[in-house]
Parts: sequence; structure tokens; C-alpha cells
Amino acid sequence: MAQHGPIIHKGVNWIIIWLYIILVLIGLISIFSVEYRPNMDFWPSITGLETNYSKQLLFFCISIVMGVFILITDSKFFAATANLFYALGIILLLATFVVGKSIGGSHSWIPLGFMNLQPAETCKIFVALALAKFLGQTETDFRKSKAQWIAIAIALTPAVFSILQNETGLALVYFAFFIPLYREGLPATYLVVGISLAVLVVAALLIEPNTLFIILSVLAVLSVYFLWTKIKRNKTILLLIVAVWGMAIGLQRFAVPYMFEQIMAPYQVERIMSMFEKDYVPQDPTKVEAFIREKEKQGKTKDGEKQENYNVKQSKIAIGSGGFLGKGFLKGTVTQGDFVPEQHTDFIFTAIAESFGFWGSALVALLYLALLLTMLNVAERQRSVFSRVFAYSTASVIFFHVVVNMLMTMGLAPVIGIPLPLLSYGGSSLLTFTIMIAILVRLDADRQVVLR
Amino acid sequence: MSDYNAFRSRIIQISFAAAFLIIIIQLFNLQVLSGKYSRMADDQAIYRKVVYPSRGIVYDRDGKVILDNTTLFDLVVIPSQLKGVDTNFICRVLGIDTTEFRKRVVNAIVKNGRYQPSIFQGLLDEVLYARLQERIYGIQPGFDLVERPVRKYPYEAAAHVFGYLGEVDPKFLENHEGEGYRMGDYTGMTGIERSYEKVLMGERGIQYWLRDKMNRPTQRYEGGAFDTAMVAGSTLYSTIDIELQMLGEQLMQGKIGSLVAIDPQTGGILAMVNAPTYNPTLLTGSQRRQQFSRMYVDPTKPLYNRAITGEYSPGSTFKTLQAVIGMQEGVITDSSGYPCPGRYNGCGNGKPGCHGSGHSPDLKSAIAVSCNAYFAHVFRKIVDQPRYGSVDSGLTVWAKHMADFGLGHRLGIDIPGERPGLIPNSQRYIKTFGPKWNSCNIVSVSIGQGEVNSTIMQLSNAIAMIANKGWYYTPHVIDSIAGGDKFGLLTKYKKKIQAAEIPDHMFESVHEGMDAVVQGPSGTGRRLKIEGIVMCGKTGTVENSYRGKKQRDHSFFAAFAPRQKPQIAIACIVENAGFGGVVAGPIVSLMIEKYLHDTISKPRIPWIERYSSMKIIPPRVQAEINVQDSLRRMREMERLQKSMQKDKQQATTVVMPVGKSKLAAAPTPALPAKPTDTPFSPRGMASFLLKDDLYDLPNRQRSIFKV
Repeated sequence: MAQHGPIIHKGVNWIIIWLYIILVLIGLISIFSVEYRPNMDFWPSITGLETNYSKQLLFFCISIVMGVFILITDSKFFAATANLFYALGIILLLATFVVGKSIGGSHSWIPLGFMNLQPAETCKIFVALALAKFLGQTETDFRKSKAQWIAIAIALTPAVFSILQNETGLALVYFAFFIPLYREGLPATYLVVGISLAVLVVAALLIEPNTLFIILSVLAVLSVYFLWTKIKRNKTILLLIVAVWGMAIGLQRFAVPYMFEQIMAPYQVERIMSMFEKDYVPQDPTKVEAFIREKEKQGKTKDGEKQENYNVKQSKIAIGSGGFLGKGFLKGTVTQGDFVPEQHTDFIFTAIAESFGFWGSALVALLYLALLLTMLNVAERQRSVFSRVFAYSTASVIFFHVVVNMLMTMGLAPVIGIPLPLLSYGGSSLLTFTIMIAILVRLDADRQVVLR
Repeated sequence: MSDYNAFRSRIIQISFAAAFLIIIIQLFNLQVLSGKYSRMADDQAIYRKVVYPSRGIVYDRDGKVILDNTTLFDLVVIPSQLKGVDTNFICRVLGIDTTEFRKRVVNAIVKNGRYQPSIFQGLLDEVLYARLQERIYGIQPGFDLVERPVRKYPYEAAAHVFGYLGEVDPKFLENHEGEGYRMGDYTGMTGIERSYEKVLMGERGIQYWLRDKMNRPTQRYEGGAFDTAMVAGSTLYSTIDIELQMLGEQLMQGKIGSLVAIDPQTGGILAMVNAPTYNPTLLTGSQRRQQFSRMYVDPTKPLYNRAITGEYSPGSTFKTLQAVIGMQEGVITDSSGYPCPGRYNGCGNGKPGCHGSGHSPDLKSAIAVSCNAYFAHVFRKIVDQPRYGSVDSGLTVWAKHMADFGLGHRLGIDIPGERPGLIPNSQRYIKTFGPKWNSCNIVSVSIGQGEVNSTIMQLSNAIAMIANKGWYYTPHVIDSIAGGDKFGLLTKYKKKIQAAEIPDHMFESVHEGMDAVVQGPSGTGRRLKIEGIVMCGKTGTVENSYRGKKQRDHSFFAAFAPRQKPQIAIACIVENAGFGGVVAGPIVSLMIEKYLHDTISKPRIPWIERYSSMKIIPPRVQAEINVQDSLRRMREMERLQKSMQKDKQQATTVVMPVGKSKLAAAPTPALPAKPTDTPFSPRGMASFLLKDDLYDLPNRQRSIFKV
């Protein structure tokens, strides 16, 4: 095939490409609506590259070139270079500690002159490739826990670096790789335990300690009661229940408070708390001072403690005030008044929701769902494990981004600062997702070829 | 294996769909079910800007604009945009230093925040405005000049008629809820500005603006589709004759008193003069607050609308009304006479006394010579009529007649703040003298002394009623409103008030007497004759006391002219100026001549100068002025002394670092004020000030009463 010259259109999934183009265009229009004011000149602001939407247009052009370039690349190339790229990604992440630069409080950027590269962002591609490569190898037996732990390590290593770079939001994204792992046979226990832990941590934050203690104890007693017949046969179940109960209590009483008060920075705790509309003041008096100083630096103390909730409140006002039909393009009062911070990046969804209302925002959500389900569909028809894992990884990362971002703007998830794929302003993000989708489409076009 | 994989793939698909279902449910919840967010968005993003209409203007009876609008400018500052602004220039133009500049900016931030414009200096005068406007590009965007409509008084007269505007207070807002007032608005506080506020204020326009998170208005909401246009205030046509008003103010200057001229045919007020008065422009500019407080504490009370709030004993002018009531009650006729031996002996104590003596053969001459005994006799005859049974009911009948003349109750004129005056009733005397009081107890009421009180407005109106032979219109300043009287503000001024049918001849005989006052050979006002006009007048000389101490008489004069078809009725008081024909009389005479002839005849032109330069400040008021002056001087002295001490301290610390205390006393700086040998202590200073005033006071008084 390669010797006849690249044929892009053959076997290419046009549904994914069209959905991709539509979403990027919606993003461009939204960024435009966030920035444009009636007293601005339209054309100079587009051609002058001084506005975000004109820059995003440029990023889109670069992305198209990149995408076309990938689509004419032989799919074997990706399998062959997966490990190499992964190594490159890790080196970049490490290099960030040396030559990195801080933007907005996170030390995760490498200045390249014309733009800033965020390795934690681009590394998603490499993890997806490396994971696909590892699971696609014939010698990998994923039923063995050694392979399972290697896969988890591949997925989470960048996350660890990310956390160290103060970029918790991006680190959380790497947990999305559990979905392809689950698909490939990772025991559900991992997920059940993981999710239970998460629920317990949140509960420890929200519910008064003694109440939670009673709830946990009642749950333990109830499970003993319902499993009584089994326990009579097998005493270890009772032991297990007691052990789980003890661990849960320990976590609730000591681990979570320790983690939140000692390990995490106050602003991170506060963001999580703000999601639940709770105010947060550190318990350690020495930390209170630093906390207040940090807030002052960010200019957030002016209107009292509620400032941290400002983002979520304004975001909810913007979305909620859209109503069913929306206020109309460029007529959003919240958007036009610059009320929502970071509206062109992480909170771009609020601009759509305000201007186009419920039907517009629901349509965007459904477009994403269509894209994701198409990807899952595509993934399942792959013959090679490499392609399937990569497709699942891509879909999962996008899924995680979209769902967390949307729930964040609507006040159902903490503000962890991850962009809405394809819509949010930002070159790194757009390019990353473009490359992932382009590789997916390229691999799908070659689905008859078995890649390892 | 494949089943197992298909199961997991299905689970993943379902989870994806479920997550998006949650998103859509939450969207539906926020956008469709919950209505509060769109209200919150409007609250924070839509700014309701009130556009102020210009207030209505006022014309005088000849079509001259007497109350107008002009535009002054406020210099406003936006503290967040001060970078790069030439602050030195601002300081230089406004004559302030950088500390003051910083203080004002800090004040602005405290008041309205960094991003909102606040007034840096309000109501700039023309010179300042011109100098700032010239360099406006050098001071923008941190500073800007903002238009502000203010009242303009082309003749700088009739301050008490117009009243002044003031900022609304929270109580006002409470009382006028739903009328569109907001904090910081101006409303009429006194005068016609207040009584015609509804029509003068016009309708405020409302513009809806979008604002950003810094509260800066950015653009019109929906292109102005919901805006309402403002409607300027209505024009008012007044009955004031501004030239007459100005002449009145000129003649009354330097005195304390007031004067009201009414057109008897319509009840329209031609002039309402208070002395002292003030220049209404003083209460519009940037010095408004200082001027107001200065006038507020001024012992001569320039802010006080004496014409409607000053309650005086009406004095002899009251006799004209007594005469009419006497005839109405049938106790006298125009030919009744009464001997006057120089005092009234009917009560056995010789009171009241008379100005002169001799027989009053009839009513005409009794009025002309203002015979006290005659009217004491008449009054007693009225209240002691046997048909009423007792003096109580006799007095009640009399009081009713007085009420018909508009005395003892508020007339209801269109200037707020009117006082009712007083016509005493029997209860009052029962309280004072016990149930067995008799008409001798109250005989001083007969000549307008004692308990009787009235305002100059009431007196002037009563004279108008006499001129009209029995009816009047409630006095008013505003004759009509452009565009119609939508609120019915003028209805009551179009209604003729005639309490009782009194035969014309009864008034004729009073006119006869008042005619003789001026035109008669022995009238008390014979000096006041006007060439070509038959004027009917009545002098009044009112005894008065202040804190139990008898003061010099008030000078009263009331008149109407011409006798046939009267066109002007006028009453005037000059406090503590003596006999009625001496000061009040000439002023009234000049006013009438000015109104009817439009000019003052040549031989009388020196009168204008003479009476307007006459200064009559009662000694009690003068004493208060002196106290205030000396207090102010003392305060200045103290300030001076303090600053000198400070200088001295600084000097000592510099001069003697060794600490030799003898040297410290050596340099005594010379006083810039009065040089004196006495050492400077506040006590010493007070004593010399006091001495100074004691010597000064009689001198000043003497000069006052020389005239």
C-alpha cells in the first residue's frame, strides 16, 4: 500500500473526522463569542493574531496539517515507535523540572520560544501508544498480575510527575487509562476498590466524623447480617468484613485528615470543598496564615471567603441563565461582562450554554457522545489489540475530559482545570487531541493489518 | 472469552451514555427547571442608568425667564485608571497639594471602588472647567468631566419663592417610594421647587446597560430596546413680577422684615420679599454646603421665609378689619363717632393710649388718624353684644369673622411652610384670666396687639379682600403649567373665596378711611401720596418685646391701589423701625408706583437710594452678630497662637540643643493681629475682645438709628 503512495480516503472513518471538524468549529465560534465585543473590528482582529480566536484558528490550521501528515503515515510506524515516544515523553516530563517554567501556579511547561509545551498534556498520546504496544505484544499475559501492574505503572508514571509539577488536574486524566485496561481484562476488583476509596474519601470530607463512623459500623453489621449463612460456612468472610471496616475507619479518622491537612496544598483542598459548596479553612493555625497570604496574592480575599466559589457560581449563572432557547449569539450578558474567569479555556462550555441554551448545550454533549460511541464502535472492530487499546485509550481520555469539564462547569465536579477537548482555547490541547484522533483514524483505516 | 469482552465493552458503552445522561439532566435542571440563574445574571450584568431630565423652567408674568437651568461640570476620577495621568497638572489647576490629591483618591475608592467614577471635585466654575477642558486628553481616562444640570437664577432674586434643591435623604425615599427617586437624587426642599416638584422634575429616562465584572457599563442592552426616554420638566408660568420683586429686595436690604404684594383680582403673588434674603445662586455651586451652614447660623436668618412663617401682631392695620366686622355686626355705622381723650378710658385704666387726641367724628377719620380708643370701643361693642349672651360667644363670632378674612389659619398658598397665625378664642382667655374674664381683659386685641398674630402673607391677603370688597383668591405664585395641570395642583387657586355677603358700602367706608390715610390732610401716611394714583393705605406701629424687654416698634404698612379697580394689594413690615409711615410706608408706596406706573417718578427716585441704604438691624440681633464675630475672631486667634507655639517649639529645639531654658523665652514672635503688651493667654485675649466689643456696640447702634 505504501509503495503506491498514501491514499488517505481509503478506509477512513469520515464520521469521526466530521464530528471532529464540527466540534473544533463550535469551539472557534465560542472563543470568538467570549472575546468579541460590538465595538471591535472584525477582520483585523482575525488576521492580526492578537485575539485568542485568531490564534486558535492558526492552531486549527496547524492541527489539520498535522492530522493530514499522520493520515499519510504508515500505521506500522506508530506501533514501531511507541516505546521510543513513551521514553521521550518521560524525558520531557523530567526535563520540565530542570528547564521548566511556571504558568498559573503549575511548573509544567517547557518554553519553546514560539509556544509553551506542556509535556503532561502531550504525554497522553505516548501513554496510549505505549499501553497499546505493551498489551498488543503476544508475550504479554494480561491475566497475570505482573502484567497488570506493569500496565498500571505505564499509565500512572506521568501522573506522578504531573502531581509533582503541581498539575493535579492533568494527573487525574491518566486514571482514564483504567478503562482500556478494564476492557482488556483488568479485574473489576481494582475498580471497585478504587471507586469505594474515592467515595469514602469524599464522605470523610462531607459527613461529620462520628456520623460517618456510625454509618460505616451499621454497614458492617448489615453485611454481617446478610452474609450470616455464608459466614457460618466460612469464617474468613467475617474477618474480611472486620478488616475492611477497620481500614475504612482508619482512613476516615486518620488518613484523610492527614492527607488533606498535611500533604495537599490548602488551595487544592479548597477547590474540592468548593465543589460541595463548603468553605474551607485549614485546621493547622500555622497554615492558615500562608493560606490567607496565598489567597491575597491571587486577589481573592476581597469579597470574603466565598471568593473561591466565584468561578463555579458565575459558571452556573452563565449556564443557568441560558434557559431553554439561549440568549442568542453574542448576547450573553454574563459572557459579555467577563464574569466567568478562564471562560475561553476551561469554562468555554458556559459560553455555549448561555448563548444557545439547553438545546445548544445538550446538542454539544450529544455530539461528544456520538464521537465517543463511534470510537468505541471502531475500537471493537479492530483485529489488532494495539489498535483496539489505542482506540479505547483515546475515547477514554476524551470521555474523562469532557465529562469532568462539563460537570465542573455545572458545579458537580471540583474545578481541576482540565480543558474541554477540541472546544477550549489552547494549542497544546487541540494538537494533542488532533494527533490522538488522527492516529485512531489512521489505525482504523488499516484495521485489516495486524499490528504488534 | 469473547462473551466476557463483549460484556465489558457493553458496560463501558453504558457508562459513557450514563455519564452524558447525568450531564444532560444537570443541564436541564440548571437551564430549564431553575429560574433563579437568569435573575442572578440580570442582577449582576444589567445596569439601570437613570437619565435625568432638566427641571422645568419658570416665567414671570411678563414672560421673562426667572428660573432656568444651566450645566456645570463635575470632575470625576476613576482610581483604577490613574496611571500615566498628569496629576501635577490637576493639583496645579485645583490648587491642592499631593496629600490632598491622594486623600481624595482614597475617598473615591472608599465610596465607589476603584473602577467606578467618583466625584473628585464637583460643580466646577467656568474658569476651572475651561482650564481642565483644554487639557482633557492629558488627564483622561483617569479623570473626566461629567455634565451636571443645575439651577440658574437669571435675576438672582426671589430666593424664598423658588426655594432650593437638596439631596434626598433615606426618610424622603421611604415617604416617596415608587416615585422613582434614588439615593443621590435632588428634589425641591422648599419654595415652589418643592410644591411643584411633581411637574418640575419631569420624567426620568431609564437606559439599560450591560456591565462587566468590574461594574463598568460596556454597551446598551439589546441596543436600547427597553429604554424609556426622559421627559423634561414642565414650564411654569408664575404671577411674579420680577422687576417689582427686585425693587422690593433692594428697598428691604439691610433691614429685617418682609413684604408681600398680591394682585387682588387673581390672588397671584406679585412679589414676596424677605429681608434679609440671599442670592439663590449661592446654593447651587460647589460651595453649597458651606454657604448653607453659614446662612443657617447667621443671626439675621436669611434662610427664613418671614413672609409666611413670621407671625407678627398686625397692629393698626388690623383696625380696617375691625371696622368692617363692626359694621357687619351692626354695632357701628360709617358715621359713628367716639371721643378720644388721648387714651381709652372705657376700662378704667386708660389703655390703650393714643398717638394723638381729639374727637373721631366718624369711621373715616378714625381710620385716617388710627384712633386706638375708637377701635377699642368698637371691639368691645362687638364682643359684648347682649344677643350673644356672653363675651365667650361674642368672641367666637368675632373670631369667625376674622377667619373669613383669612386670619388665624393657613391660607394654603403654594409655597410650603406657612404658619397659621393666631386669632384667639375664649378657651384661651378662660385659661389665662379664669372663667370670669371680660372684654376689658382683651381690649388690646382691638388694635391688633396682644394675642393676635398674623403673617404678612395673611395681612396682604386680608387687604386684597378689603380691596375686592369681600372676596379673594387663595394667594399663589404659579398661574399655569405648560401642558395642563395634570395633578390638579392649581385647582384650589382658581376658586373664589367669599365667606359672607357683606354689603359694598361697608367696604366703601373703610376705603374712604384708608384713602384719607394717604390722601387726607391729617392721614398718618400723607407723605406717601403717589402722583396720579389713589392709594388706600393703613399704617401700623407695633409694640413688641423680646424676652420680656420692650423693643423698638415694628413699622407696618398695608395698602391697595388704585382705589377703583384695585390692581395691587400689599403689606409690609420692617422690624424695629418705628412708626409705620416712616419706613414700611415709603417702601410700599414705591412698590405700588413701580407696579402701576412701571417707573418711579423723578422726584421720588432719591427715595429708592434713601430707603435701600437704610440699615436697621435690631440691637438684639446685632448683639448676636457681634458675639458670633468675636467667637470667630477668637478662634482665629487661638489657631494663630497654636501655630505660633508650634513654630516656637520647633525654633527652640533647633536653637538650643544644650538645653539652657533661659534662652527659650527670648524670641517672642510679633503678632500679626492687634499688637498688645499683655502676654498671650486665651483668657487675656477673651478679655480684650470683650472690652473691644463693649466699646464698639453702642457706637454701632447709634449709627444704625441715625437715619
